[in-house]
Amino acid sequence: MLRKSLFALATLSTTLAFNPMAQAEEVNIYSYRQPFLIEPLLTAFTEQTGIKTNVVFAKKGLLERLEHEGRNSPADILLTSDIGPLFDATEKGLFAPLSSDIVNANVPAQFRDPEGRWVGLTSRARLIYASKDRVKDGEITSYEELADPKWKGRICTRSGKHTYNLSLIGSMIAHHGEEEAENWLGALKENLAQKPQGNDRAQVKAIKEGVCDLALGNSYYFGHMLTNDKEPEQKTWAESVNLVFPNQADRGAHMNISGAGITKHAPHAAAAQKLIEFLTEEESQKYYANSNFEFPVRPNTPRSELIEKYMGEFKGDSINLQEVSAQRSAAAKLVDKVGFDN
Amino acid sequence: MKTHSIRINNTTSNTTGWYISSWGAALLVALPVLSVFYLALFPEENIWRHLADTILPVYISTTLKLMFGVASLSVIIGVTTAWLVTMCQFPGKRFFEWALLLPFAVPAYVIAYIYTDILEFAGPVQGFLRDIFGWQSARDYWFPEIRSLSGAILMLTFVLYPYVYLMSRAAFLEQSMSLKDASRLMGCNPWQSFYRISLPIARPSIAVGLALVSMETLNDFGTVDYFAVQSMSAGIYDTWLNMGNLGGAAQIATMMMIFVVVLIALERIARAKQKQFHSTDRFKAIQAYPLNRVRSTLAFLACLLPILLGFIIPVGLLVSYSASHLDQFLSTDFLAHASHSFLLSGGAALLCLTLAVLLTYAKRLNPNRLGLTSAVRFSSLGYALPGAVLAIGVIIPLAAFDNRVDAFMRAQFNFSTGLLLSGTVFAVIFAYCVRFLAVATGAVDSSLNKVTPTMDMASRSLGMSPSKTLIKVHFPLIKGGLLTATLVVFVDCMKELPATLILRPFNYDTLATYVYQYASDEQLEQCALAALLIVLVGIIPVILLSKSITGTRTAH
Repeated sequence: MLRKSLFALATLSTTLAFNPMAQAEEVNIYSYRQPFLIEPLLTAFTEQTGIKTNVVFAKKGLLERLEHEGRNSPADILLTSDIGPLFDATEKGLFAPLSSDIVNANVPAQFRDPEGRWVGLTSRARLIYASKDRVKDGEITSYEELADPKWKGRICTRSGKHTYNLSLIGSMIAHHGEEEAENWLGALKENLAQKPQGNDRAQVKAIKEGVCDLALGNSYYFGHMLTNDKEPEQKTWAESVNLVFPNQADRGAHMNISGAGITKHAPHAAAAQKLIEFLTEEESQKYYANSNFEFPVRPNTPRSELIEKYMGEFKGDSINLQEVSAQRSAAAKLVDKVGFDN
Repeated sequence: MKTHSIRINNTTSNTTGWYISSWGAALLVALPVLSVFYLALFPEENIWRHLADTILPVYISTTLKLMFGVASLSVIIGVTTAWLVTMCQFPGKRFFEWALLLPFAVPAYVIAYIYTDILEFAGPVQGFLRDIFGWQSARDYWFPEIRSLSGAILMLTFVLYPYVYLMSRAAFLEQSMSLKDASRLMGCNPWQSFYRISLPIARPSIAVGLALVSMETLNDFGTVDYFAVQSMSAGIYDTWLNMGNLGGAAQIATMMMIFVVVLIALERIARAKQKQFHSTDRFKAIQAYPLNRVRSTLAFLACLLPILLGFIIPVGLLVSYSASHLDQFLSTDFLAHASHSFLLSGGAALLCLTLAVLLTYAKRLNPNRLGLTSAVRFSSLGYALPGAVLAIGVIIPLAAFDNRVDAFMRAQFNFSTGLLLSGTVFAVIFAYCVRFLAVATGAVDSSLNKVTPTMDMASRSLGMSPSKTLIKVHFPLIKGGLLTATLVVFVDCMKELPATLILRPFNYDTLATYVYQYASDEQLEQCALAALLIVLVGIIPVILLSKSITGTRTAH
């Protein structure tokens, strides 16, 4: 009985399993980006090129899957929503260098690996959201000022170990050194209104609810909240805050990217390159800008009207993201050390 | 407890076959756990010192509080309600018998999202209070914070107590009425008879339920993550994903498995203290105590409350959310998601049952032989691994196997076999088995232990082989336990998320992964219908399960 059921199961699994040896032109994607963000782009890509796309989405673990599958991995592209995994995959040698004139023309050097192993597809700034009612214009102008004791009990943020905050803390280390960054983080911890929790939107909501006066959040969430017809309540959250682009007098606001890389053993490397090129072109960049309110990396592509209206021109930190990423694990240790999330 | 060893033909090749294949199965299931040990022992960068100096004590104490809270509440709810519906006569009893299992079908992460919606600042409860008392902002009043350790304890209890209920009800049902009759004749009142007779006899089963509750609590990630509770499983994710240190994460995971070893040991001790068998009169109908009006009302409320909190309120809210998003449901490829869920969960449930029977029966046949008991216990450790870590533990041996075979085929026949197992549904089913085998072995083992060894001896001395004895003698007796095992694993698999996400094939969604896409972005309304369907699908086995358990007693 045992043997029979095992056998049945094995047959079932092989017939139903994905077959990596299939011959049709296609490209296989391991994606950390949510499906609804990329599906329309992938559909457009298939319509234009006839290349089928296959996706596995997960928020974690795909990098490890890719690593252990090794030379037989079916994945062609790793798509991420943050610089972190791109950096890790590069360090582990999982990406093959890409040399594409199209990509080089579309993506400024600041947003891609010098050796072409990863490419940024969109960028965003990490902003300070400030209560319209309780924070005066110009009262806060930089990340450094978040450590000022006058904000005691007035700041909200998500977990210090969330990847967006780690990159920010990493950039503080890159600019000021570890010791100063630790003092800053410890003082910021003292100013928190509540234990770090929730996502970026939840922090803006907390400002609206009067829990705190300042919050850290990525720029595109503002657009999402302001246009949210499914949960109109979010519009009131967004309307209760002013946007502060930090450090405009010096280095500029901390920037992060979403991006992609082609795997070292990609079975469909040519198709993968086509897809990445496609994602850097005008149409795709516009789509990112208008549907997810991110900043296009392609210099001539306009940002969404809404973003243009509320954010205008600002100065972004031009430090190489490689340098910031290299400090991420030191940043995580600082978070533990000052007990930021406790 | 060596007393129930089966002495007949203890060393024949018959039992040796069972011995060897069960060792093989146990090792196979242990592979992912061993992979995690490997990662822990040989990390790329060792940060154990840093963890121990900073955050680890927080993880440990939070985890202990969480486990203690959930376990105590689950025992109180589970045992009380099981006793009431089994031994007392009051209105609604028949309904409660199965309805008390309903919360089991609700995934913990879903219930956490829902109660946050209800109880947070912007939710209806606080809004109502503000309207009444004229408060303006969150600074004007105090309200218990749902996103806290206590909140997490409550959420997990609401959906996990059915484990204790299920196990203790099965135990109460299987108890011999004559023991209780005897106790009453000796002058015990119903309470004394409960404390002195029923409860001690049911203790092994309660312990099994409790061990399951504790382990589920240990590796819950969805709730603790959403509530920002710094438990060990949250710490594993932090260390892995945010510090980029898989080795450190594996070290915490390993420590968590030590917790589980302790739990299992405690369970064994609880079980070993008691060993009694019944043979003849187990099917005599239970004489339920009739309750007077006041007591009936109390019993009614005691049974209603857990169902209300763990099922009616959350599901009601899901229904109301779904009503406004029906169009979305019609436009999705829902049937495909559902069939994937059924295929994976069904496959895993059957495989788990097979392995559980193999392991527990082999242990029964070879009680004194080297290491088998330890091997069986070791194979349960996968239950303690958080889903995503387990997934990595599964990827490592499967990918190694695939790549070895591929390299060999390339070298010998210049033919590439590629990845045979990695990235297929087999990988997912295997992960489910590693994860939930403990559930199945627990249930099968406790049923099998209740069958007196004299049955085996009689059957074997009449010339039946161990396999025939199993099929002809044991299966009919432990049918209820087998069904329980299968269905519990099935429902657990339906809800499983992190391992499914990481291991699944391309373009492959289950109901749970579909829900997750939206719920993780705090857009529960968008996926309420799919969440509701996970719950509904989970209910079917729950009802069957309840029927079959009751049936073990009444059908004969």
